[in-house]
Amino acid sequence: MLTFILKRLLQAIPLLLGVATILFVVLHLAPGDPTSFYFNPDVDPQVIQLMRKNLGLDQPLHVQYWRWLTSFLRGDFGSSFAQHRPVIEILKDAIPNTLLLSSVSMVVIFVLGLLIGTIQAVRQYSLADNLATVISFFFYSMPGFWFALMLVLLFSYKFQLFPASQMTSVNYEYLSVPAKLWDRLQHILLPAVALGIGEAAGIARYARGGLLEVIRQDYIRTARAKGLSEWKVIFKHAMRNALIPIVTLFGLTIPFLMGGAVLIETIFAWPGMGRVIVTAIFQRDYPVVMATAFLFAVFVVLGNLIADVLYALVDPRIRYD
Amino acid sequence: MIDLEPEIGTGGPAGAGVPARQRPLEPEGDAPDVGLIRSEAALLNLPEPLLAGDEPDAAPAPAAGRKPAAIVASALLPGAGHLFYGRFVTGLWILFFWGVGLALALQVRGDLSATLKGDRPLDHWIAAGSLFAYLAAVWGKAMADVAVRYARPPRTAGISEWAVAGRRFRKNRLAMIGLAIMTFIYLVTLMGPYLAPYDPNAQDDIVRTRYLAPAAEHPMGTDKFGRDVLSRVIYGARISLSIGFIAVAISVTLGTLIGAVAGYFGKWVDNLAMRLVDLLISFPRLVLLLAIIALFQPSIFLIIAVLGLTGWMGTSRIVRGQFLALREQEFVQATKALGYGSARIIFRHILPNSMAPIIVVATLGIGNTILTEAALSFLGLGVQPPTASWGSMVSDGKDALINAWWIATFPGLAIVLTVVCFNLLGDAARDALDPRLRS
Repeated sequence: MLTFILKRLLQAIPLLLGVATILFVVLHLAPGDPTSFYFNPDVDPQVIQLMRKNLGLDQPLHVQYWRWLTSFLRGDFGSSFAQHRPVIEILKDAIPNTLLLSSVSMVVIFVLGLLIGTIQAVRQYSLADNLATVISFFFYSMPGFWFALMLVLLFSYKFQLFPASQMTSVNYEYLSVPAKLWDRLQHILLPAVALGIGEAAGIARYARGGLLEVIRQDYIRTARAKGLSEWKVIFKHAMRNALIPIVTLFGLTIPFLMGGAVLIETIFAWPGMGRVIVTAIFQRDYPVVMATAFLFAVFVVLGNLIADVLYALVDPRIRYD
Repeated sequence: MIDLEPEIGTGGPAGAGVPARQRPLEPEGDAPDVGLIRSEAALLNLPEPLLAGDEPDAAPAPAAGRKPAAIVASALLPGAGHLFYGRFVTGLWILFFWGVGLALALQVRGDLSATLKGDRPLDHWIAAGSLFAYLAAVWGKAMADVAVRYARPPRTAGISEWAVAGRRFRKNRLAMIGLAIMTFIYLVTLMGPYLAPYDPNAQDDIVRTRYLAPAAEHPMGTDKFGRDVLSRVIYGARISLSIGFIAVAISVTLGTLIGAVAGYFGKWVDNLAMRLVDLLISFPRLVLLLAIIALFQPSIFLIIAVLGLTGWMGTSRIVRGQFLALREQEFVQATKALGYGSARIIFRHILPNSMAPIIVVATLGIGNTILTEAALSFLGLGVQPPTASWGSMVSDGKDALINAWWIATFPGLAIVLTVVCFNLLGDAARDALDPRLRS
């Protein structure tokens, strides 16, 4: 198992090198160069020349490429044009927030998805099943950002149950520890649901299909014939095998979560990577955009790795040696 | 699962005795694990076929064949011929559609004549053309039903794989609902200039007309500039629908080409292509799009190009898989033995057998692309104002969510409706084209 993980980690390295290369190509395909950020009648062209020299833009392309690659792998992403501080510092603040939102959302996705999918499979073709199928179809086709706005409209403005933005309340510092936790929970609930609902609908669909397939098998009939309770049959016997394909989805939802985070964080003013990249785009802050995009890709690659490992752990039939 | 025997016994004059495959000389049809139909049994398992028309309410064909009176009636008033035959449901529907079309034409006759004189922009030409096409389609359907179908001799030959898939598709009720709504959405979009009650960008007297709640005069209210939301939703459909369509056309073509070449040639070509796919798939799509768009000025052409160039990876993986499997089949060996060139083998022999998953991917991809475009527009990186697009309208409504919920709600509903339709059609296409893929 350990060798398998190591092997997969080694495979990830060329992938990340390639990702950095793609970003380099994109950056250099674009018209103009980073100094155009400072173009201004008041700025002496000589100053611009000097800046180009400082940034290494006067070097031949392959030298620039090598520098780009090595500095990216070292975690040195240059410094932000707009905020005049190292990109890594900006991201250091943002990454935990995005990861927090994504993990809570992941919990929402799998709990909600598995729950609904199981109910649907156990009561196949019942009213609840059909209703859930239709509703999850709609959620699956719904733009997440629009659903987020509707949630805000209903739960923040209309019923005033949850706050509409930020991670914590203004008076967060003065709260007791349980109140702090409660405050955080209240703030994270809407964004996590908005981020996860579409994927949860997808998971419910998979869970229903997978469970139905398992329920039809002989060993389930045996379990029932033994006189086990339905609860035990479903959750101890059927669920174990039905979960195997769903575990792979764990890794596959990560790209969706990361992409969705861009929109959801913008709506809920959640200070994460998504908000960083969107703000940076409007400020034409290329180093921040490229570094954030790179980190998003890193998370996706890691997610795939985790999915592979989990799959190997869950399914004893698969042996990676 | 499929019981072959009873079908042969009771298949009736049309189905049973005839060889299921019509093209025994074409080797492609033999591919056992790809394409539309896996086995002859599946073909024979069809319900009573084309003898009496497709609809369950079809009247049995009159022995005499055509009836002139019904044809004349249908020609003068589409639907009347159906009523004549006692097919009231179909007849009334056709009458209804015909009436709606005529009423619309009457309503906009001034616009129509101005268009024909040539003093209207292109979108009016498109609207006029669509209106005429719609009327012609309704009329033609009525005529064809009465004049042709009842005179058509019963089919004795077998039917193609595509016809079988089409039949299965038509039997899918959800798919037909999706198709109907989709047709409606496209018609409304094409005839937008005739149907939109206001100019989508007209601001009128802002102070008086802004933030009006939905009412008879403005069914979906007005936005912060006093623009009619309904009109903007109708005009915004152009952006979503056309971008979705064109971008998917680009990405599916590209994905098919790359997947085909990778799967057919294998070796280092395959390796190179698939590593590229691995790379591009490592980015969340929206992030890759943002990274590219950030460097350029957003415009509709850039959006289409970038959406097209970032969406092909899934297709190429699927096509590659198909090609890897098909490459080893006898019929491909045969084409090689005949000395055909690679291009000919790929496009004429293997590709037609891989069409089923490509169609499914394309249909599902349109819904996805519409969502992505809406997300870009929502962030302000899509089509630039004042052009209406659903995503940017939701974004406009975001700022006035408390006072004017309607601005963000209706364009969002439009997105949901459209994407639901495309997903329904995609699911149905998958079920119809390849029952094995059924989830």
